[in-house]
Amino acid sequence: MDNIRNFCIIAHIDHGKSTLADRILEQTFTVAKRDMEDQILDNMDIERERGITIKARAVHLNYKAKDGKTYVFNLIDTPGHVDFNYEVSRSLAACEGAILVVDASQGIEAQTLANTYLAIEHDLEVVPVVNKIDLPAADPERVCNEIENIIGIPAMDAPRISAKAGLNIEEVMERIVTDIPAPKGNPDAPLKALIFDSYYDAYKGVVIYIRVKEGTVKVGDTIRLMATGATFTVVEAGYMDTNQLVNTGVLQAGEVGYLTASIKSIGDTQVGDTVTLDDNPCAEPLPGYRKANPMVFSGIYPADGAKYGDLREALEKLQLNDASLTFEPETSIALGFGFRCGFLGLLHMEIIQERLEREYNLDLITTAPSVIYKVTLTNGETLYIDNPTNYPDPAIIREAQEPMVKAEILTPSDYVGNVMDLCQNRRGVFHDMQYIDDTRVSLKYDLPLNEIVYDFFDVLKSRTKGYASFDYELSEYAPSKLVKLDILLNGDIVDALSFIIHADKAYEKARKMVERLKENIPRQLFEVPVQAAIGGKIIARETIKAMRKDVLAKCYGGDITRKKKLLEKQKEGKKRMRSLGTVEVPQEAFMSVLKLDTE
Amino acid sequence: MTSAADTLGIYIHVPFCLRKCPYCDFYSCENSLQKRDAYVQAVCRNLDFYGDGRYVDTIYFGGGTPSLLTPKHIETILSHAGVVFELKKPEVTMEINPATVTAETLDGCRRAGVNRISIGVQDLNDEALRTLGRLHTAQQAIDTVYAAREAGFENISCDLMIGTLGQDSGRLRETLERLTSLPITHISAYLLKIEDGTPYAAQNMKQRVPNDDESADLYMEMTDFLRKHGFFQYEVSNFAKKDFESRHNCRYWKCLPYLGIGPAAHSCMDTRFYVPADLDGFINAEKQTVITEDSSPCTIEERIMLGLRLVEGIPLEWLGERQKHLAERFIKAGFMSQSDGRLSFTPAGFLVSNAILAEILYED
Repeated sequence: MDNIRNFCIIAHIDHGKSTLADRILEQTFTVAKRDMEDQILDNMDIERERGITIKARAVHLNYKAKDGKTYVFNLIDTPGHVDFNYEVSRSLAACEGAILVVDASQGIEAQTLANTYLAIEHDLEVVPVVNKIDLPAADPERVCNEIENIIGIPAMDAPRISAKAGLNIEEVMERIVTDIPAPKGNPDAPLKALIFDSYYDAYKGVVIYIRVKEGTVKVGDTIRLMATGATFTVVEAGYMDTNQLVNTGVLQAGEVGYLTASIKSIGDTQVGDTVTLDDNPCAEPLPGYRKANPMVFSGIYPADGAKYGDLREALEKLQLNDASLTFEPETSIALGFGFRCGFLGLLHMEIIQERLEREYNLDLITTAPSVIYKVTLTNGETLYIDNPTNYPDPAIIREAQEPMVKAEILTPSDYVGNVMDLCQNRRGVFHDMQYIDDTRVSLKYDLPLNEIVYDFFDVLKSRTKGYASFDYELSEYAPSKLVKLDILLNGDIVDALSFIIHADKAYEKARKMVERLKENIPRQLFEVPVQAAIGGKIIARETIKAMRKDVLAKCYGGDITRKKKLLEKQKEGKKRMRSLGTVEVPQEAFMSVLKLDTE
Repeated sequence: MTSAADTLGIYIHVPFCLRKCPYCDFYSCENSLQKRDAYVQAVCRNLDFYGDGRYVDTIYFGGGTPSLLTPKHIETILSHAGVVFELKKPEVTMEINPATVTAETLDGCRRAGVNRISIGVQDLNDEALRTLGRLHTAQQAIDTVYAAREAGFENISCDLMIGTLGQDSGRLRETLERLTSLPITHISAYLLKIEDGTPYAAQNMKQRVPNDDESADLYMEMTDFLRKHGFFQYEVSNFAKKDFESRHNCRYWKCLPYLGIGPAAHSCMDTRFYVPADLDGFINAEKQTVITEDSSPCTIEERIMLGLRLVEGIPLEWLGERQKHLAERFIKAGFMSQSDGRLSFTPAGFLVSNAILAEILYED
């Protein structure tokens, strides 16, 4: 056990986590350089494009250190985004140490900070590393100071490396050996292992990634998953090579590895749950488990109604690997049959939508994201509303509450004004402002979740030239003046466009929405009023004028086939439109009203 | 007794131009006048090939610029057609450009058998003609009308363009007043459409010309003005004094057969086919190459689409229940009207007929 090192890498997007992981893999000769595709740990297209690691992975490496001994490195990759905070915390709980990678030209960012605090909370040994020292703008001295000032760990002797150029990587390897403690635990104690990730494999069933804290597990053992109570017989136990599972038949205290046990549903293998033996269980599960609950909801509809079945199949397949995605059928008058989907957060939502479109080739219409509102009725009943359509009549509402978050934003001091403006606009309550150093500021705000669910991050980025970073955690529900805003086309409410909003912001939002719809709905044969209303009272209106001219003036011998094709094309175009009463609405119009503040 | 469907119309595409107009996407060649004799021979070879003694009651020389052919050329083609087909009091139309004809040419064409002249006037405002890239002035166009009249043509049509750069209600009205005072029998008035790939499209003309609303107003003013001056609308873009409708063009809208000869000419004879836009290929081939574009033309949808271009419209019995129901909505909205068992567009309806046809012809 003394020669095992379990660790993860904490870094901000683009600060070089994946590149460093690749270099570590190279150093251990786990992968021949020529066979290596860049950035092995990120193996989904979307992750690679966005430079974000979505799901944790783990890899088992052997390293021959300068002391002559060979060490087993278990590198556990962690998601880097706030949506996956809980998953990050479970990955950290599987480690004894964390390498903190900071970009020498940029310094610490909010997410890094949040995850580092999380690591310290979990008693992890944090090994700072300053990356990208070969960049002209690199200022490792300043960054080391920053690490010491903000995080409060010694950093002056931190390895200064360039993962990209392969500079000083060995120093990092040696620090892993010397600074990160070996795991502890008794192989003979009752089994106690933490699930930190899982995925569905079509042949093996669910593959669970575990860290054995106490005891031993072998092929043939009957295991029990303590939160769900489900029991299974272990089929394989072993570790993860860079590209395959190696079945060694046994895992014991201190080790990181995988189990398969013919598990059919990923719902049985919740991240954070404890695995124990059915006939010799441990006394209590590991602390910290909670079910990952969706926080953001949106309706997802196939653009072509005939693809409803395909969409359901695609969601089912995605759910096999993502227990935090929820969905249930819902019907919209405007959009037909679709699903109400729940996500951990915005990025999660965007990833799911993108995967549905890209991997399953579906054309989607999504409705504005909603959070869960808590509504107390005059009769004392409490409702949780995640779909604006279900929002009760204001006459029977005693009190409405919305979820709040505690947000921390790090920004260069030049943009403090912009950021404060933005938070103010989003109904933020200022808490604290601290200068991290001469040029960087940390701002703390309480913000309503519904103000940040869609475009907050995009707007924050655009107002700080991309420099600000942002992290949040859910706090509590707070009373709020909420109203339901409805959009009417030609006098009829379009249910898919309704949403819940704070009363003070309703007018501005209503005006923008009707303007945007007017721009994006083509002129029809009849004049179409576009209205926004609260409880039947119209608060904004635009009019789409009737179309006057679309004729082909000439239609002689050579034009007939062309004209016929044109009409057929027009018919095809109609298919991509939603008929709401007599109004034809293109799907772009639905999308156009989602992001109103970004430009 | 022969019915209309047993007769044939012949379209001859004459692909020569002195200069291409910047809005035009018809096939034509500049600097190719030396190929005219060979072209005329090829037209005659093809007439021989298709000739089956059938009754032909319309012949149309379109272009390009047919008036770049000599009267001798026209005579050769028409006399050849008369040998291999049975000409039955044919309406023989020739398109001419104002700047390209002399009194002698006109006289020669009339003697050769042409009895209807279609003049590409386009506008009677010199500024407008310049921006349209026309090679003639308003006065030259007017002179050409009178010259045609003096040469003995009694059936004269003028082309007009609506919605062109700088055109407003006042300027359109002036042109219409001058035009309707001329000794003409027919007006084809086209809303300018910027075709992709033309110089006009490249000049961003879509943003500069009157917008859809303004063009629609101009169109409505025009139909109104022409009706009051004795030119009755019989099709989306065609207006005629009584009994001077273009018989040839009506064939297209009534799904009657027509034979097209020449590069880029289209035909409808059991199938719809066309000849590639290649002058040399046409001249060199024994028989013109044809490409089928529609093997089962004149379906009910097509006849509805084309029939509704005519003011006389279509018999209501061509429509199914769903379509009749829809039509009622459009009648109520003022886009269509119904009388004597026929359904037709109003002028306002003509303007948005694509959207309406798409609804009528295709179910959701």
